[in-house]
Amino acid sequence: MKIAIASGKGGTGKTTISTNLALSLLEDNSSVQLLDCDVEEPNCHIFIKPEIVSSRPVQVLVPQVNEERCTGCGICADICEYSAIAVVKSKVLIFPELCHSCGACSMFCPEGAFIEVKRDVGFVEHGRYDSLDFYHGMLDIGELMSPAVIHAVKEASGVSDITIIDSPPGTSCPVIEAVKDADFVVLVTEPTPFGLNDLDLAVGMVRALDIPFAVAVNRCDMGDKDVYQYCNRQGIDIILEIPDDRRIAEAYSRGEMLIHACSEYTDKFRKCWDKIRILGASQP
Amino acid sequence: MKIAISSTGPDLDSAVDARMGRAAYFVIIETDTMEFTGIENSSAMAGGGAGIQSAQNLAESGVKTVLTGNCGPNAFQVFGAAGVQVITGVNGTVKEAVEKFKSGQYNATAQPSVQSHFGMGGNMGGGTGKGLGKGQRKG
Repeated sequence: MKIAIASGKGGTGKTTISTNLALSLLEDNSSVQLLDCDVEEPNCHIFIKPEIVSSRPVQVLVPQVNEERCTGCGICADICEYSAIAVVKSKVLIFPELCHSCGACSMFCPEGAFIEVKRDVGFVEHGRYDSLDFYHGMLDIGELMSPAVIHAVKEASGVSDITIIDSPPGTSCPVIEAVKDADFVVLVTEPTPFGLNDLDLAVGMVRALDIPFAVAVNRCDMGDKDVYQYCNRQGIDIILEIPDDRRIAEAYSRGEMLIHACSEYTDKFRKCWDKIRILGASQP
Repeated sequence: MKIAISSTGPDLDSAVDARMGRAAYFVIIETDTMEFTGIENSSAMAGGGAGIQSAQNLAESGVKTVLTGNCGPNAFQVFGAAGVQVITGVNGTVKEAVEKFKSGQYNATAQPSVQSHFGMGGNMGGGTGKGLGKGQRKG
C-alpha cells in the first residue's frame, strides 16, 4: 500500500509524520520503504540518517536543433506550450530550463531538424536504515523541473508492502507528481487559520485526484477548533493527533527521531497505520 | 521608425511599465508620425516564459527598438537574436519617453537589467517565483 503524507500549508509536520510512521512500522512489517519526494528541500535523511548505498543523476531530454535542416518555419516555437523555444529571424533559440521534455517540437518539426539530448537536473539516492529502504532525490540548484526528479525517485524505489511518500507542501505540480499514484493520502495540518485555509485547498486536490484520505492534526492543542469543525462538517476522519509537546521540538532541533526521544509515541503511529488500513480498504 | 514601449495603459499618457515580459500593455509607435497602437500583453499572466513570448511577439511586429523599465536575460537574448535594440531605465509617460528617445537622450542597453522573474509578484529580492508549475498565474 502506498501512503502519501501531504499538506496544504508547509511546516505542518509531514516529515515528522513520514519518518516516524515509517520506523514505527518496521517491527511488525517485513517490507517498508520511505520515499522523500520533497526534492527541492529533502529533509527525511536528517532524521533517518540512512546509509547511502547508491546515487545517480536524474536527466531530462531537451531539444537541440540541426541548423542545416532548419528552415526557420517557427512551428516548434508555436507548438511549445512552455515558451522554451523562440524563433526569431529564422534562428531557433532554445531555453532548456523551461523545457518540460514533452517532445512536441521534435515530433512536429517538418524537417526532422531536432535531436533530443540529455541534461542533468538533479540526483536520486538509495539508502538503508535498519530494515527500512530509503529513497530521496534532490533538484539541482537553479533548476525548475521538480516533477522529473520526483518521478525518478519513484522509479528508483522497489516494490514494498508499505511505501510511505513524504510529499512537498502545497497543491501544485510537484505535489501532484508525488501523490498521484498513492492508495491513501494523509493530510497534515495545524489548528490555525493558515492551517485550515491551506488544508481546504489540499482537500480539494485529493478529491480531484479521487484518492481516499484522512487528516492528521499536529500541535493539536495550540490553536483553535476550526479545523476540527471543518473536518466534522466535511465528514473527514482525523486519524492522528500530536500535541504541542516541547520534547518533540527539542528532539527535532537535535535531528533526532521523535519515537526515539519519546518512545510512547510509537503506539500512536501504529494506531494511525491501523486506521489508514481500515479507511483505505473502505474508501475505494 | 517603429518602436515599442512597455506601458501600464494603452495610450500615450499612460505611465511606462517598469517590466517588459509582464508589462500590462505595449504601445507601438511610428515615431515619425506619432501614430500609435496600444496592445494588451497576452503574456502578462503566463505561467512561465513571459519574457521570451513578449520579446518574440514584439520582434515579429517589426519594431526596431523597445523602451522599458527593465528587461530580463531570456527576453534580452531573444531581442539580441532578432536585432532589436533594448533601452532600459525608461520611466515617465509613454509620450515623454518617445520625446526623449527622439531627441537622442537614451543609450541602448548592453545587457539585461534584472534577473529572471523580475515581473512576477512581490519583487522581494527578486527570488520568490519558481515560475513553472506552481500554478500562481495559470489563466
